[in-house]
Amino acid sequence: MAAPGRAVPAGPGALHRRDRWWVYPTNVALWLSLFGAYSFWTIVFFQRDSYHQYLSPFYSPLIAAGRIPVSPALLIFWIPLGFRATCYYYRKAYYRAFFQDPPACAIREPRLAARLSPTGRGRRYRGETRLPFVLANLHRLFLYLAIAFVVIFVIDTVTAFSYHGHIGIGLGTALILVNTVALGLYTFSCHSLRHLIGGGLDCFSCAFAGRPRFQLWRLTSWLNLRHSTWAWISLTTVILTDLYIHLLQYGVVHDPHLGF
Amino acid sequence: MTRTNGPPAPPSPAAADAEDQSLRIAYDDGVTDRTATLRVWRGDAAGGAFVDYEVPVQEGMVVLDAVHWIQAHRAADLACRWNCKAGKCGSCSAEVNGRPALLCTTRVDAVTRPQDRVVVVQPMQTFPIIRDLVTDVSWNYEVNRRIQPFTPAPGERAPFVIAEPDITRVEEYRRCIECFLCQDVCHVLREHRGQDRFFGPRQLVRIASLELHPKDTADRLAQLRAEAGVGLCNITKCCTEVCPEHIRITDNAIIPLKERLADREFDPIRSLWRRLRPVPMASSIPAADERVAAPARPPG
Amino acid sequence: MSEEIETDVLVIGAGGAGLRAAIAAAEAGCRVAVACKSLLGKAHTVMAEGGIAAALANVDAEDSWEIHFGDTMRGGAMINDWRMVELFSHEVIDRVVELEQWGGVFSRTAHGLISQRAFGAHSWRRLAHIGDRTGLELIRTCQDRLVHTDGVTVHMETTLTRLLEDRGRVAGACGYRRDSGELVLIRARSVVLATGGWGRMYRITSNSWEGTGDGAAMAYQLGAELKDMEFVQFHPTGMIWPPGARGILVTEAVRGEGGLLRNREGERFMERYDHIKKELSSRDVVARSIFKEVQAGRGSPHGGAFLDITHRGPQAIRRALPSMVDQFASLAGVDITKEPMEVAPTIHYTMGGVTVEAATGQTTVPGLFAAGEVAAGLHGANRLGGNSLGDILVFGRRAGEAAAAAARELARTPAPHRLQAEAEWRLLREPLERAHGENPFALHRELQEAMQSGAAIARTESSLRETLARVLELTERAQRMAVPGAPAYNPGLSTARDLRFMLTISEAIVRSGLERRESRGSQWRLDFPERDPELGRVNFAAHLAAGGEMGVRPVPIPPMPDDLALLTAGETRVAATDLADAADARQRVGRTGAGWGGR
Repeated sequence: MAAPGRAVPAGPGALHRRDRWWVYPTNVALWLSLFGAYSFWTIVFFQRDSYHQYLSPFYSPLIAAGRIPVSPALLIFWIPLGFRATCYYYRKAYYRAFFQDPPACAIREPRLAARLSPTGRGRRYRGETRLPFVLANLHRLFLYLAIAFVVIFVIDTVTAFSYHGHIGIGLGTALILVNTVALGLYTFSCHSLRHLIGGGLDCFSCAFAGRPRFQLWRLTSWLNLRHSTWAWISLTTVILTDLYIHLLQYGVVHDPHLGF
Repeated sequence: MTRTNGPPAPPSPAAADAEDQSLRIAYDDGVTDRTATLRVWRGDAAGGAFVDYEVPVQEGMVVLDAVHWIQAHRAADLACRWNCKAGKCGSCSAEVNGRPALLCTTRVDAVTRPQDRVVVVQPMQTFPIIRDLVTDVSWNYEVNRRIQPFTPAPGERAPFVIAEPDITRVEEYRRCIECFLCQDVCHVLREHRGQDRFFGPRQLVRIASLELHPKDTADRLAQLRAEAGVGLCNITKCCTEVCPEHIRITDNAIIPLKERLADREFDPIRSLWRRLRPVPMASSIPAADERVAAPARPPG
Repeated sequence: MSEEIETDVLVIGAGGAGLRAAIAAAEAGCRVAVACKSLLGKAHTVMAEGGIAAALANVDAEDSWEIHFGDTMRGGAMINDWRMVELFSHEVIDRVVELEQWGGVFSRTAHGLISQRAFGAHSWRRLAHIGDRTGLELIRTCQDRLVHTDGVTVHMETTLTRLLEDRGRVAGACGYRRDSGELVLIRARSVVLATGGWGRMYRITSNSWEGTGDGAAMAYQLGAELKDMEFVQFHPTGMIWPPGARGILVTEAVRGEGGLLRNREGERFMERYDHIKKELSSRDVVARSIFKEVQAGRGSPHGGAFLDITHRGPQAIRRALPSMVDQFASLAGVDITKEPMEVAPTIHYTMGGVTVEAATGQTTVPGLFAAGEVAAGLHGANRLGGNSLGDILVFGRRAGEAAAAAARELARTPAPHRLQAEAEWRLLREPLERAHGENPFALHRELQEAMQSGAAIARTESSLRETLARVLELTERAQRMAVPGAPAYNPGLSTARDLRFMLTISEAIVRSGLERRESRGSQWRLDFPERDPELGRVNFAAHLAAGGEMGVRPVPIPPMPDDLALLTAGETRVAATDLADAADARQRVGRTGAGWGGR
């Protein structure tokens, strides 16, 4: 790898490492694959979107339900998928885990990965300057849609409180509520949102509505510190909520609830 | 007389003579009964190898102290760049156990284990070797010269009135001590040798410190995309991980710059808005002939 | 085998003074070469944390340059070059504003102006600052200005070890490139020394390896006069534990922000030594007080005092002193938001140096200028915190401009006789040729021990005499140093040369200390504990006497004009620490929105 005239100490970068640098990429690869496989399964093979008042987040909003031969989730899944695929956190996660670019800090990219990696296609590393990775710059478009989704999820959550015409709380209600909060935190901690609120300004005090924008910017910045945490929590809650609703549909479990 | 490469000769008698005397002085307190083995890469551009040195460990000793001990007692010619020894100047950048770090803030106890007292110290891998632990970092300085310096509006004269909230971000970028560990760890430079098309995290932080300065009026976005190659950064955040000043390089400097570029080039809604907007942004900057006299400075 | 460079103005050193001088000389139209021992931007200036003292009067409207003048003169025990102090307290205001114009960023007041904090022995809140890394901000701002100024060449990691002379005038300098070991000669029409101070001859020091006094020693060898060499400032608060961190600076801003000093018994002992200014007394007083507490058996476990800021609360501490929080966490494992710091005096600054003309920095050698810590006069017997960053800007600029003017006067670049350089180069390489001999690191350690024990904070005739004998003995032994390896990046070899500078400077410190038979400023003579009014009228100057011996003679201080003398009357008042007012200012922002730029 070394350019001529440069002396690089012998051995791969990992040679002297004592920390378990491989834990993170392995974990990410494992869990993203598992969640990806589950999502594929639920989107492609399931038609049943809800159980009474509970609507699975994969299917919301219900578009053309019952009028098309495929799952309504197929029509909308690209929005959350696109939002996450272009997310600044997930980019780090999958570049490290799947493209080994780099697998961990100061660790060399394995030869094979270097040859196959679409980030460089075995020749020159191109990062996010070419297709498809340049599309990551469209993150904010997905953000607009994701914000709309959060609104829809709030409506779904309210709906989930109705129980045979009364107000009630079941385990499913709680799951949906937690999921909506998690998705909200993930969406509102987005780097693009942070930019749109105030990151694009050089001078808050000179701008229109500068003070509230600064305070909002500080809030999103604070949420943004934990963006990766929200990313994983919300991914997990989406899967769990969907799984729970499927289990209810098939009568595997019964929904413990409180009615008023 | 001239040694070119390879491991050095054993300590000279001159060094050994002085040892007893200076050992006593150097270790008048805080001496422990522990030792550590420093495995130091020694050599130059032509090649080199690791050399082991047994070093007595003093309370709270940092790796740079151990290097100094080796210089004073075992190898007076062990090359190592350093200055403040307080984590403020960013001179003693190297790699400890394969991780980029400042030698002066890395404690020996933190990088050894009771069963394994070996500390591997090697130069930064991204830059050409000069000798031993010293690398040629001049490329970074050349890149900095290509970035347009601070440019206030013509006629804008200090003292400025700037509200505290408007400098909080710039303040973070300006904490940079130019240790170049981020440049060292960045895989675009380290692995893909992108020096010809990528400025590296340090210089992106530099650009951010200018672009987000409330009084700067220059536009560096075109340069950011083309020459600085911001698109080559795939935000894997290693620069943030190694920054000794805890600057959140990726989240707070590079991503905001990428977003500013996206404003201009990847946002159809914004570009529509720009076209429909009646007044262009630039008109808020007073022209030179509208220059206001500088406020009188305080007495004196 | 050697490289020759020709330029108009040669600036040696790239700390704040060197950078500012180089900018001034280049803006005056000269070709400028800057040579520095380290990389650009690594100079000791980055260690200055507290701020730049300038009477901007942004926080305390009562402040003025006149009061700053009085504070500085009294702090320096009245033996400062009053003309320098006058120029300084005037011009430092413009220099701070200029930094802002160049893109420097400072903490702001509620009204959007440059904020100012309290500091030891300053009558009002006066230090323009950004957090606790003002020196870094200064050097980065000047560095960026410099690299974007035309006509400047920077020679990084180039050590110059001898000034060259041509018919009684400085003609350049010679030395070597650290990276390659290659020898280098730079011919110049005028030279600005901006090499900083010397603390490396003491064991407990906040100085980096660079603080070896090269500039002052080189100027001395060329016949320049070294003034006030006995005055070496102890910063009262250096880290003391663990041993690896000993001497590292704990910024005075800790006290400026309200930090309290306590002894082993928990007593706030500064109340006894200076009941008015307490912790914010001048540095010499605070350092001596800690020393006395330790002597009296009331010191902290490792022989210092406790510095406590915990009452400010974690948030305020992290905002005002972020690098101190980091420094203690990483080096000592101490969380300063919860526990007190353990501190003891550390060598920090040297007031003495090359005698210069106030307005130009002109030394007693034609064509040779000096600015910053290497020059003497501004700080007298004791420097006030915050005055060094202003010093380097004000006199860096003046020296740069004067050097440019001097360069323009010459029709052509002088051609020093090559024999001078060749002699120096032989001296540089000589330790490599010896298989056996003294170890430069070991000699350096012995010098540090000698100076620390006999010529540090408390001195007596006999301790100084003993130290002088040790220094002379070491000077003799230093003729026989041996270093292994090759010339390229060889720290042993550079230490060998630096040691010679340190020995010269140490001798000057000790000899001057012997002459000043009184206690004044940082010089504390146990055998002469009082100030002597007679000695308050002279500076002592060391010079190369005939026969190569060092001579020290008294130089009378010209009388101060009445209008200035009037300004030094009275006492230094105590500035409010930012405690109450900062909180108040934040509330004001919340209520009135004044923090929004006053628009």
